[in-house]
Amino acid sequence: MLKYVGQSETRVDGVRKVTGYERYTDDLKLSGMLYARIKKSPYPHARILKIDTSKAKKLPGVKVVITGKDVPNRVGLYLEDKTFLAIDKVRFIGEPVAAIAAESGEIAEEAASLIEVDYKELPAVFSPLEGIKPDAPLIHEDLGNYKHASIILPQSGTNISNHYKIRKGDVEEGFKEADFVYENEFYVPHIQHSAIENHCAIAQVDPEGKITVWAGCQSPYAVRRTLAIAFNMPLNKIRVISPAIGGGFGSKAGTTLEGIVIPLAQRANYRPVKLSFSREDVFTNTFIRQAMYAKIKTGVTKDGRIIAEENTFYWDGGAYTEYGVNIARAGGYASTGPYDIPNVKADSICVYTNHPVGGPYRGFGMSEIHFAIEQNLDIVAHNIGMDPAEFRRKNALKDGGATVTGQVLENVGLVQCLDKVVKDIEWDKRVKKVSETRYRGKGIACMYKAPSMPNNVGSSAIVKINEDGTVNLLVTAMDLGQGSDTALTQIAAEVLTIPISQINIITGDTDCTPYEWQTVASRTIYCCGNSIIRAAEDAKKQLLRLASLKFGIPEEDLELKDGHIISKIYSDKKVKIADLAMGLTMPDGSGVHGPIIGRGAFIPPNVKDTDKETGQGDKPVAFWTFGVQAAEVEVDIETGEVKVLKVAAAYDAGKAINPELVCTQIEGGIVQGLGSALLEEMKIKEGKVLNPSFVDYKIPIIGDAPEMKISIVEVPEPTGPWGARGIAEPCMVPTAPAIANAVFDAIGCRINSLPITAEKVLKAIMEKKR
Amino acid sequence: MKHKISFTINGEVKEVEVEPNKTLLKMLREDLDLIGAKEGCGAGECGACTVIVENKPVNSCLMLAVEVDGKEILTIEGLSVGINLDPLQESFIKHNALQCGYCTPGMVMSAKALLNRNHHPTEEDVKEALAGNLCRCTGYQRIVDAVLDIAKKGVGK
Repeated sequence: MLKYVGQSETRVDGVRKVTGYERYTDDLKLSGMLYARIKKSPYPHARILKIDTSKAKKLPGVKVVITGKDVPNRVGLYLEDKTFLAIDKVRFIGEPVAAIAAESGEIAEEAASLIEVDYKELPAVFSPLEGIKPDAPLIHEDLGNYKHASIILPQSGTNISNHYKIRKGDVEEGFKEADFVYENEFYVPHIQHSAIENHCAIAQVDPEGKITVWAGCQSPYAVRRTLAIAFNMPLNKIRVISPAIGGGFGSKAGTTLEGIVIPLAQRANYRPVKLSFSREDVFTNTFIRQAMYAKIKTGVTKDGRIIAEENTFYWDGGAYTEYGVNIARAGGYASTGPYDIPNVKADSICVYTNHPVGGPYRGFGMSEIHFAIEQNLDIVAHNIGMDPAEFRRKNALKDGGATVTGQVLENVGLVQCLDKVVKDIEWDKRVKKVSETRYRGKGIACMYKAPSMPNNVGSSAIVKINEDGTVNLLVTAMDLGQGSDTALTQIAAEVLTIPISQINIITGDTDCTPYEWQTVASRTIYCCGNSIIRAAEDAKKQLLRLASLKFGIPEEDLELKDGHIISKIYSDKKVKIADLAMGLTMPDGSGVHGPIIGRGAFIPPNVKDTDKETGQGDKPVAFWTFGVQAAEVEVDIETGEVKVLKVAAAYDAGKAINPELVCTQIEGGIVQGLGSALLEEMKIKEGKVLNPSFVDYKIPIIGDAPEMKISIVEVPEPTGPWGARGIAEPCMVPTAPAIANAVFDAIGCRINSLPITAEKVLKAIMEKKR
Repeated sequence: MKHKISFTINGEVKEVEVEPNKTLLKMLREDLDLIGAKEGCGAGECGACTVIVENKPVNSCLMLAVEVDGKEILTIEGLSVGINLDPLQESFIKHNALQCGYCTPGMVMSAKALLNRNHHPTEEDVKEALAGNLCRCTGYQRIVDAVLDIAKKGVGK
């Protein structure tokens, strides 16, 4: 019987946040602090001929000016293709070429304008479709020499930084056997995470050279490692501290500003240096979601069975793809969506362009590929006269089904999710025409997603029992708002049998909290959660051993219950955790064991590489999360405006550690998905971002939120904590295709690119009339 | 040249010397160390810097500090004392109307200003009052619920 897990406990960070007490990076003010600004490239692709910083250096109040030669090492998470300041070449508009630290931001700003850079413009690439051509200008001439993870396959002498292939069954034969084949193209534009907190970092270097960095970051340890490579430092000489994080969604998963403030701080004679990005900087100079072109070709039999699929994804990786390469990989191993298809050919190709840097964004490629896959599926269903929900049910992955990599799955809750959503959206009821000008429609989309991460990345946790029996739980999984501090505390509480209020969770300090690879990939509850179970079990084992000594009762006859170690047989044999927290005191006054510290470590079991040529492998990922959303929309055929009335969503969370927080994730995902569906597109013209503000780049406001009906399905994942699967990213994946399919249902027009603007809808309506 | 201004903030009279081009947000954060109001855009687009001036919610990034001379300001810091939260803050927690928390102070202050002027707002009133406060984490509905719950209980002042 679970007491804390599965309960909708109140957020542990609620009071700090509603009072404005919570400290984010930009809220930190250190004595002697200097303020940094960057000098940015005005060209998308150019050779740097000369940088003259002499005037900037002479400006009163300027303390440090650096250029690329001061930070020469190449870094990157999966592919080491970037330097923190450009060297020899710039590859996107806004790329930092120099940085300044001064007594005030205004002085640093003025100094930036005094830096003179001579460039020679180079031909640029603005589309992955151009970038893959053999005669395209090369953006990274040295690609062949870059270090990279073994799962990434860059192609030397091209702009292709990764190419993931799936070759399953015989796709040609499959298309021959198919009664119908439908092929369509889709486009997903660049969007930006738009976390309300802008990026900020502070660095300080002590007299012995030890670096401390404060930055709201999803991955303090991954950041530390990247910085160690960049600055030739041993890991114990770099401390990364993450204050509270004001939203991430992937944008704060990598290392960017940290690599600029450190070299400034190293030259600032112990003074701390802060770099705060403006909203415009965030749009142009942090990660954005890669644009993507998709070709989807689906072969079906008359009775609605998909027997062949050939999909190609071209990712617009931007100027550096250190992280984006792995999004292409994820797009590859998930390339058909959650369907059981015997013959598949897929190519997922990451291409350098002279656009801002693509990177992880909630969904990690899944939102993009599902927009294409789920619309093509809808096209097939409508053309063969099958109900779109029924068509999906027929082809859905079920127990015993195989993914595109040939992985045979068990414990698949997709059909249960589909059933819930069909019921909640009242799929069989349709009011199509509400007035002469307003039409309604319903659309549905399924999704799956796995954590996209190296196979062997670890998590760890420390459970420190305090003298009074309360607990400090140390982890480096970061709460970016998703509620992990609360859910992870519940996990510890469950094993230790003490209330949430008696546990402090402490996160985000690489000198104090134990190793966590990253807070990404919807892996926190699964990976970090498992490590916490092990740490708490370890502490429990120590407590039972001491109680066994105290009572002379075998450990197996003792249990932990409501904060006590108690005999299963004699209920009077009972000792408080507090009484053993510092060790056992024997009758003669001597002590045994010492303070209780539990340690736990976790690596997902048996995750293995796939074949480089065929992409086949029986366990390429730790687990899969399945979900379904359906949307009801109303389209104004006079204006083309689309209003989302209602979204029904169901996800297989395996086990919801905190059901209310799971629902809040799903609701937030739906609204973010709605933004990408109807509103959001970074307008980039010849490399220049034209709309880097919330006036010109609209994200959903309170009035845009639809009615939402959320269901949680629980088909346990055997290796997850009480069966839990990751949920945070999957929440936004099917929203855009469900809305697109609903628009088609309403007006019979297919919008193949995002966002589904009134302009596109109206144009489609007019073309259809013709 | 700096201007000497005085105002009442969270019930306390303050005198400050400020540059004529300094925004209220910068003065709050830099001179008064009131960091609850956040900068999300610096251009009045996101509402994270919302504070209440003379009973009206304002984007403090768009108001000059000199403009608050002689006025009364309420920031998120003035809403609670220790663990004694304003009922509206309690309601945000109860309804899970926050995630990362970065927009929350601004959101709470906009909602507080609404409840001060309209004790019984409708759902539409709430959506209108909070239309200038962006949140990227939540699905917004719980924020609406949190405010309506307070209005229903009549604990809004």
